[in-house]
Amino acid sequence: MRPDNDIRALVGYIVETWELSPFWADVAAAVVILAVAAVVFLAVMTFAGVLTWAERRVAGRTQSRVGPNRVGPIGFLQWVVDGVKLVLKEDFVPDAADGPLFRLAPYLVILGVFSAMATVPFSQVLIAADLDVGALFIMAITSLVVVGVLMSGWASNNKWALLGGVRSAAQIVSYEVPAALSVMTIVLLAGSLSMQTIIGQQGGWPWEWYIFHSPFTFVLFFVFLASSIAEGNRIPFDLPEAESELVAGYNTEYSGMRWAGFFLGEFANVYVMSAIATTLFFGGWQVPGVAAEEHGDSLLIQGLGLVIFLGKAWVGCFVVLWARWTLPRLRVDQLMGVCYRYFIPIAFACMLGVALYALVVPAGSLPDVAVHLVTMAMGAAAVVVLFRRVGHHARSVGDRISLAEVLQRGQRFEFDPSVQLRRYGAHRRGGARESR
Amino acid sequence: MTDAVGREEIVLNMGPHHPSTHGVLRFVVYTDGEIMRKAVPEVGYLHRGIEKLAEQTTYTSFIPYADRINYLEAVFASQAWAMAVERLLGVEVPKRAEVLRVIAAELNRIANHCIALGCVAMDLGAYTPFIYLLRERETINDLFEELCGARLTFNYARVGGVSHDAPDGWLDKVGAFVARFDKVMAELHALISENEILVNRMLGVGVTCAADAVAYGLVGPNLRAAGVDWDLRRDLPYSAYPGLDFAVPVGGRDGRGVAGDCYARWVVREEEMRQSARLIRQALAALPDGPVMGELPKKIKPPKGEVYAAVEGARGELGVYLVSDGSNTPYRAKWRSSSFSAMSMIELISPGLMIADLVAVIATLDTIAPEVDR
Amino acid sequence: MKEIRDALAERLGTEIEWHEDLAGDPFAVVPPGKWLEACRAARDDERLSFDFLRNQTGTDVPADEVIEVVVHLFSYKHRHAFVMKTRVSRTDPVADSLVPVWPAANWYEREIYDLLGVRFTGHPDLRRLLLPEDWVGHPLRKDYARPESYQGIPTTRPGKEDR
Repeated sequence: MRPDNDIRALVGYIVETWELSPFWADVAAAVVILAVAAVVFLAVMTFAGVLTWAERRVAGRTQSRVGPNRVGPIGFLQWVVDGVKLVLKEDFVPDAADGPLFRLAPYLVILGVFSAMATVPFSQVLIAADLDVGALFIMAITSLVVVGVLMSGWASNNKWALLGGVRSAAQIVSYEVPAALSVMTIVLLAGSLSMQTIIGQQGGWPWEWYIFHSPFTFVLFFVFLASSIAEGNRIPFDLPEAESELVAGYNTEYSGMRWAGFFLGEFANVYVMSAIATTLFFGGWQVPGVAAEEHGDSLLIQGLGLVIFLGKAWVGCFVVLWARWTLPRLRVDQLMGVCYRYFIPIAFACMLGVALYALVVPAGSLPDVAVHLVTMAMGAAAVVVLFRRVGHHARSVGDRISLAEVLQRGQRFEFDPSVQLRRYGAHRRGGARESR
Repeated sequence: MTDAVGREEIVLNMGPHHPSTHGVLRFVVYTDGEIMRKAVPEVGYLHRGIEKLAEQTTYTSFIPYADRINYLEAVFASQAWAMAVERLLGVEVPKRAEVLRVIAAELNRIANHCIALGCVAMDLGAYTPFIYLLRERETINDLFEELCGARLTFNYARVGGVSHDAPDGWLDKVGAFVARFDKVMAELHALISENEILVNRMLGVGVTCAADAVAYGLVGPNLRAAGVDWDLRRDLPYSAYPGLDFAVPVGGRDGRGVAGDCYARWVVREEEMRQSARLIRQALAALPDGPVMGELPKKIKPPKGEVYAAVEGARGELGVYLVSDGSNTPYRAKWRSSSFSAMSMIELISPGLMIADLVAVIATLDTIAPEVDR
Repeated sequence: MKEIRDALAERLGTEIEWHEDLAGDPFAVVPPGKWLEACRAARDDERLSFDFLRNQTGTDVPADEVIEVVVHLFSYKHRHAFVMKTRVSRTDPVADSLVPVWPAANWYEREIYDLLGVRFTGHPDLRRLLLPEDWVGHPLRKDYARPESYQGIPTTRPGKEDR
């Protein structure tokens, strides 16, 4: 299913309209491709930049403080100003560092992440390249980040960077497996690796999304989410750049625009992973009530699809940001243990479950829809419980109050001389765990 | 150094500038990949010669220096100093001053533990609890500012009493803070204390058994976490503590962690914060009227002799060994700090841990450089 | 205090001097030759059980030409405290290391060596603790003269009178 506005079709259209000779046809093709690449690149830069601003605001509000609020309305232009600052910084390469590798590393990271954006479907027509092997391409190209990180860790001539780089390589390579298993399960369901096809197989309504397809895919989504967070070096898996341990991990020796390369790469990765999760699990740009084929009919529906996709992707990004400021980080052996001992078996089990499910229950039949609805109810219940807990805790203490206010309101403090040592539930009864 | 298989030992420098060393400390870490063979602390970056300065200042003008021995628990050092001089002079401190000292001390303990626990969480990757605890510490700083004019180094205790009486309304503000404090601890507990990741980072890590703890001179929450039930406030009571009732948390009990591991140290400090709030409530209720300064000679010239006075500071026993030669400046003042002993243990605990664990150990031992180096 | 006196007098007889008349804490002085033995007795004797080396430090007393090494001991078992000293010669200060008795002594003795210059025989790793390795002199001595500069950095500000 290929819509008409493919790059090739566009080029063909241009060649035909202007009746270009083969040489100029090639030139036209090159220009179009470069233009599209530039658009994608700028779009990703913007997304990554805005995401840095969002991260800082989320961090501020989570921590009961304000976040950037000086530059632009609610500090929205902070990322622009930061970008300008980074560009203007002195570019230095440590004397003993391996020059070519040191300089090359950020570009590999950027390349790996930004290339993946080429196959992210923003709406039915807004996709730079709808490859037949889209899902596989994304998994493969984001692995280029590992090479970049390892390169930076080695070339920096710094033991902390080396530790960070090696940790990161091990981590990303390991977490590729559960992530890829999740992706492959969805591919199994959809019957195709092409991103647009995967979206096309889902629907606009929540119960038509793959995440609620069965409890197996529901679990698989969380495996994919955690694995993506791990691949993006975000807390709780950010040991490679663990600020409080390794100074800055693999990007210790980088500054200025080179560091910005890593930084933007990380945030673009967050966005890409969120977009992929939206594509695979949340129905992508599908508008509820409109069948996939009818999406090409009106500009309004296309626009709505774009808004829906971006909305879902941004919610995913918010979840990743939220997790960063809430959770501590895992230690390296715990991180690897979680991957190999939990995620991979779970992913395999779910893959098997989905395959059996697809075999046993015909798609679209009544039991199938029933399972969709039940899984959706489970998911909704989980979300409701989570938000109630969060709301309760957010209201329990509140922001810093002025004691003068409290006194004026005439509150009396209560003398409780018998505060007991409370039992919060024994954690690991029996004490000692096996140490290494 | 290469071993039989050809693996090299990496020497890492967790140098004086490092985001997670508490103060200016340096660790030379010998590792085999991630696992450490040894972590040797190098201290002295914050040595300011306070003991030498003590020999040149008068007894009263030393008190601001005492605050800076450990600026996070400033009240305790000045209280210990005042107690030492009072014992030499034979001066009695009025009851009101003693209770005010206790209130200030327990507020300071809460403030210190806010930073201690916040830093543990921050070093392990959870940045938010640190900010929440600092928010509470701001209130305490404001209270102290109202009381004695300073937010960090209070210069509060004096030989024979305290420097300022509680201003109007201050006691109610302390009461309001304490009343709200349980909710704050509940919030902290819900946010981070039983977080699976945090617990797994700390459970069973860096275990100091009770025998080692005593042999190496570990004191305070570290010692209690190792399973030794000892608290100077209860066992060798001083100041206004004899009338007050509080529980002393000891690690390894009630199923929360292994005695002596990092998680036990976290739990002990968290519980101590609650107990401090309880102590403050009782102290507020027990505050008598009266002067805040005792009868003192015009010039403070303690008779020839020596004394060792210790208080249960936020980090443990903070003591001063004071030698007087009859003049108005001390002859010798030696400060015994808990971080000193804790740092000396790190070389013992570190073999076999990972670098990430070292961070957890340093943070939960709550070592702070100024106390180690003076 | 009486039990401590009796137990130690039993071990060390007349070698140990008791000073109880000054203000503050009473203390005992042991000759340097008996230092290790006295401390071992303090830890091992059942009546004493001083398992906690609370503090170990030194004081320079040029008037008596000695440097005092003093330990503050405490027993968690019996809940009693004790102060013991030894006086080493100022010109050649050497004392026995207490590391075999209490591991806590390790850093305390390094600090005493660093700031006062007392050498401890039997110490596993006697080197400077607080000051840099190439520092000259022992600051806590009463006759310590501050060096003019350290590695090219002057130790006084221009125009400032020395105290």
